[in-house]
Amino acid sequence: MRWRLLAIGLGLLTDNVPALAWEWRGEVGLEGRYFTAGPGAEGYWHNSSAYLQGQLLHEWNDRRDLFTFTPFFRVDENDPERTHGDIRELIWIHVADQWESRIGIGKVFWGVTEGRHLVDIINQTDAVEQQDMESKLGQPMINLSMVRSWGTLDFYVLPGFRQRTYAGVDGRPSLPLPVEADAARYASSAEENRIDGAVRWQHMFGSLQLALSHFSGTGREPLLFIRFPELQYEPYYPVIEQSGIELQYLLGGWLFKAEAIRRSGNRFEGAMRAADVGFEFTQPGLWGTGMDMGWIVEYLWEDRDDPFASALSSDVLLGNRLTFNDIASTELLWGLIWDPDTGERIYTLESSRRFGSQWRATLEGQFYSRVGRSPLSLVADEDLIQLEVIRYF
Amino acid sequence: MRKILAIVLTVFISSVCLAQAQTAEEKGLEIAREADRRGEGFGDYEASMKMVLSSRRGDRSERDLRVRTLEGKDGEGDKGLTIFDTPADVRGTALLSWSHADRDDDQWLYLPALKRVKTIASRSQSGAFMGSEFAFEDMRAQEVDKYTYKYLRDEPCGELTCFVFERYPQDKYSGYTRQVVWMDQAEYRVHKIDYYDRKQSLLKTLSVSEHSQYLERFWQPGRMEMVNHQTGKTTELLWSDYQFNTGLSESDFTQNSLMRAR
Repeated sequence: MRWRLLAIGLGLLTDNVPALAWEWRGEVGLEGRYFTAGPGAEGYWHNSSAYLQGQLLHEWNDRRDLFTFTPFFRVDENDPERTHGDIRELIWIHVADQWESRIGIGKVFWGVTEGRHLVDIINQTDAVEQQDMESKLGQPMINLSMVRSWGTLDFYVLPGFRQRTYAGVDGRPSLPLPVEADAARYASSAEENRIDGAVRWQHMFGSLQLALSHFSGTGREPLLFIRFPELQYEPYYPVIEQSGIELQYLLGGWLFKAEAIRRSGNRFEGAMRAADVGFEFTQPGLWGTGMDMGWIVEYLWEDRDDPFASALSSDVLLGNRLTFNDIASTELLWGLIWDPDTGERIYTLESSRRFGSQWRATLEGQFYSRVGRSPLSLVADEDLIQLEVIRYF
Repeated sequence: MRKILAIVLTVFISSVCLAQAQTAEEKGLEIAREADRRGEGFGDYEASMKMVLSSRRGDRSERDLRVRTLEGKDGEGDKGLTIFDTPADVRGTALLSWSHADRDDDQWLYLPALKRVKTIASRSQSGAFMGSEFAFEDMRAQEVDKYTYKYLRDEPCGELTCFVFERYPQDKYSGYTRQVVWMDQAEYRVHKIDYYDRKQSLLKTLSVSEHSQYLERFWQPGRMEMVNHQTGKTTELLWSDYQFNTGLSESDFTQNSLMRAR
């Protein structure tokens, strides 16, 4: 599938031989992690890792056609599962007056909230990458996007399923048993070859932005069953129907946000509902300086009864984003996710700044407090500080 | 057409009336309308911009951007797309703005690493654009109705004579109480703007120079320098490669278009 798409892409490129701009870009990142709570069961305090991401871009036909190829590769000191590569993008975009097509491997983001990306479902999570679960694997797709006066309507045909990546037993943080991807089971008899589909409509009503979406196909979030006597996890991927709504309302410095989903089809669980509702308030020019302060408050809710199914059944997110607006584009974001029922707390910190014109450094931290009987108990001793230096070329 | 007719009528009526009958507010508005009228009909343009940031200590930093603008039709405001090429860590980041005469502008920022389009809260428009001395509101299309006006005096500016007038932002989230504008009487080009902050003190001065004429009609600045008097920091914008009538259309200024801005 992948190679056929590549062939189509290259065929289209060679049709228009005039040597228009082919452009290479790239970045290399070096990451160091320090686990502040101790060496853990894996027996190490710190871990280093590096990644390389390239990007080949080409535009032709007066920017009506665009080709992007983005390969990614990471090596990790301790976890062979985190040493992995992926084609993040290999996509041809064609633009007509009232529609756009995107064919190949790509990435799509849906959603408005910060705490949880509930509605976002097109791409599988590349979970070995970062704790925030925002890294995604490239998804094969045929996407038709219609832009009309009544909104933007996107249709997706998604051939080829990507399995979620999991840290190996030597990785930190990781599950206590290995996840055997080769033993993955699917609700669909077509297994990973099932062709999934999705549709999303988005429109602006003045200051209100509304989006409705539906996904029908193999769920991105597996259930993990323990297999005896091998003592390993085997992922099970159900076929689900997921409907989502996104709302955003802009009022002066206030940005009110809401996302909600209803997911059904998993025969091991009933239908589940989840929502993330909140606001972001921005104060520009804080204390007479050029800094902007953003306040983020969200309430995260879901109705899955099983405390092990989700750590975020009724939680509050509080956070501040401080944008320094300086030459180095310094940013600071801290957040607290707090469960008022159990007292569980997750503290996160993200800060970054530029050095020169080609370097950027980020300092991140993640700390867990008062973790009880919940999925978080797996990471309770995985508090970490992470420094990453990225060089762009 | 009706708008032009209205302006023609306004000009006609105001020239019929005795000059003394016109208040300073009316004259200020008339100048702004005339400047707006002269800028009408450009259709679309693309340009490159180099932004040079200097701190009081003399640290310098450069950014390269490309700007695409589509003129609004039927009373709609202009639409703009700004794409960042350097510094490398923000490469591919793009800003889409739809200006509106009668309400807050819509602005969206595209973050390429996350493939995410984020709405910018309108109050943030007084915030700094890319860490520069230009606020978001300085970068957007200056629609006539976004201000009220007051003509002050005529004053020589270089070899030309300038109108000097004040304008008062109507947006309650603007970072300014007033702006004093120097605009030449020959071609209605902005030469200088003094910006006064919420405490009525002089915050910044913009100097505009190296104007060039395109399509034998439209004047565009080649160099804009913003000096922040309170911090000593300076930002220079150096414009180049202006191209008009490049065939841009509405579809180049949608949230979809942000995601493919390169």
